[in-house]
Amino acid sequence: MRMPREALKKKNLPKKKATASSHDSLWDSYNQSEYMSGTKVGLDEKLVRFISQEKQEPEWMLQKRLASLKLYQEMPLPTWGPDLSRLDLGKITYYARATDKQSQTWDDVPADIKETFDKLGIPQAEQEVLAGVGAQYESTVIYHSLKEQFRSQGVVFEDLDVALQTHEELVKKHFMRAVPPTLHKFAALHGAVWSGGTFLYIPKGVKVDLPLQAYFRMNAKGMGQFEHTLIIVEEEAQAHYIEGCSAPRYGVDSLHAGCVEVYVAKKARFRYSSVESWSKDAYNLNTKRALVQEGAHMEWVGGNFGSNVTMLYPCSVLLGEGASADHLGVAFANHGQIQDTGAKVIHLAPKTTSNIVMKSISKDGGRAVYRGLVEISAAAEDAVSNIKCDALILDPRSASDTIPMIKINNPTAVLAHEATAGKLNDDDIFYLRSRGLSESEASAMIVNGFINPIVKELPLEYAVEMNRMVELEMENSVG
Amino acid sequence: MNLLTVKNLHVSVDGKIILNDVSFTIKKGETVVIMGPNGSGKSTMSNVLMGHPAYQIESGQIIFKGKNIVDLKPEERAALGIFLAWQQPREIAGLDFYPFLFDFHKSLISARGKTAPSVFNFKKKLDAEVAQLQIKDDWSKRYLNQGFSGGEKKKAEMLQLALAAPTLAVFDEIDSGLDVDALKVVGQAMARFKTKDTSAMIVTHYLRILKYIKPDKVIVMKQGKVAASGGPELAKRLEKSGFKKVL
Repeated sequence: MRMPREALKKKNLPKKKATASSHDSLWDSYNQSEYMSGTKVGLDEKLVRFISQEKQEPEWMLQKRLASLKLYQEMPLPTWGPDLSRLDLGKITYYARATDKQSQTWDDVPADIKETFDKLGIPQAEQEVLAGVGAQYESTVIYHSLKEQFRSQGVVFEDLDVALQTHEELVKKHFMRAVPPTLHKFAALHGAVWSGGTFLYIPKGVKVDLPLQAYFRMNAKGMGQFEHTLIIVEEEAQAHYIEGCSAPRYGVDSLHAGCVEVYVAKKARFRYSSVESWSKDAYNLNTKRALVQEGAHMEWVGGNFGSNVTMLYPCSVLLGEGASADHLGVAFANHGQIQDTGAKVIHLAPKTTSNIVMKSISKDGGRAVYRGLVEISAAAEDAVSNIKCDALILDPRSASDTIPMIKINNPTAVLAHEATAGKLNDDDIFYLRSRGLSESEASAMIVNGFINPIVKELPLEYAVEMNRMVELEMENSVG
Repeated sequence: MNLLTVKNLHVSVDGKIILNDVSFTIKKGETVVIMGPNGSGKSTMSNVLMGHPAYQIESGQIIFKGKNIVDLKPEERAALGIFLAWQQPREIAGLDFYPFLFDFHKSLISARGKTAPSVFNFKKKLDAEVAQLQIKDDWSKRYLNQGFSGGEKKKAEMLQLALAAPTLAVFDEIDSGLDVDALKVVGQAMARFKTKDTSAMIVTHYLRILKYIKPDKVIVMKQGKVAASGGPELAKRLEKSGFKKVL
């Protein structure tokens, strides 16, 4: 059944006519709390040992952390992409503990946290519809539930810290194999200080129809968040995982260097969706990778809002014959923001296919960059790749760039790249205004239409929220 | 009583005068036809009434419901009860058609200080109009005007007209590019809109649409000015003899 979106908005979300000030108060609200006590800024071996000890980790994980720390200290910042020189890595809090125990039901979730969720408009009704909810508050997952039917099928949906105790062998086998700490400086940093996150295991042949979801939130001044998502989809299994992130605004630069690893076995299908909305000063340097085996299919669907600088290029490594990947993404770069996002697909086997569709919006001086790499190896006979990037530039102060890299080492490859850039059409805006809609409502509708082909791939609640975020971004204009 | 009074209106675009001292009135319940050769300023008049930001009002007044509206935004004019049916409706890629209809309908109703309709009541109204306009079922899956044929776009304008429920509807060459069947559906929709409480301003080249909606007054424009006005018989003379002879 398809309901008009307005109906859902009314039910689930804060009032549509939010003013600039209520928007600000959403972002500025954070809970001054005991969570920060006992935490320190900066990073050294002592802290890494402390984290591992706190979590009572096995020795091999400690050794991995220490090896990663060593790599991190040796590696330089990336020499390409946005300028990261203003990011003061010595002023970041690398570990903070939220609450001591996992909440068992929604009733156990602390009231101030629920209040934050309410402001973000996360519908509580979702719980009944959706299979499970995990929400990360600072660095410890506080809420988790998973319907019994999936648990009985052998599906594991767990805090990764817990999974490390209960499913140690599975974690050990896969942890930071798709994203090795040697990949880049922030992957190494992640390997040293990772904390919390999600472990999802879908056994062979199990098909989970409803999206599994987690809600993340970074909520402490100057604190980094290094959650790790480890997903294993066994042969012929199917699932959809979705997560959202949002963070209130603070005056101190904050760093997010999360990591997502997905292992998609033979003939399995997996979709990873995320809607991320970071505070205006956050550095969002996230690494996401999937290893896709024979005949398997991986889909990345992403929406990126907020942050000071985002660098995010979900990667699919197509390892087996007939493996395929879809990458769909939306990025919104507003005042003072750089959204440097894209996709990376490495074709390593015959008859592998990839499809990349990216849409960006830049506004009030924001800068949106599509940065992509498609690599077709000599072994990838008859590989096909389609790339399409559309940019919408809302005013003359804003900018958009397309930086597609294509490396082809097999002459049978078929590859298409298409890029468009445009601005809002005055007559389109006047047309909608002649129907009684305000200029910002009209602009938001046009922008939402522009990203609709990607948004409609999201579950309805997330689609509504993403449209809402576009409306908020369009409401506040800087001069 | 006059619903609309346009008084000594001078309008420019990019520094060039395109409406030069235009005055006319539309009474409550009246249907006024505006005719004239290409470039005479009749479509400009439609856009100026709606408040197109590209047009600069140099002097003069547009009084609607007793209020000078020259400084009002297009959306404020829509809320006051003016509707413009476009000659070439815009195609808005990706904007879901029916949810858009609900959004603008709700927005207009609320702006007029009335209680916004429930989804259920809206759907009832929508279904009734969709049936009258012989609109295909697949429109619920379409985007606003995207990929619509010329006739479909005009039907979509009539659907929006019914949901906007204005006091004054301005039809800007609504009949151009329509085949006989589509013309009939559109003409009947205009006739359904027109009651003793509503007024219509019809900008057109042809008289064929006037089979469905009877004019009370005809205004002929030429080179940005009102060149002639009169009763329905003026339209007939124009069609018979052409603009050159009459003006």
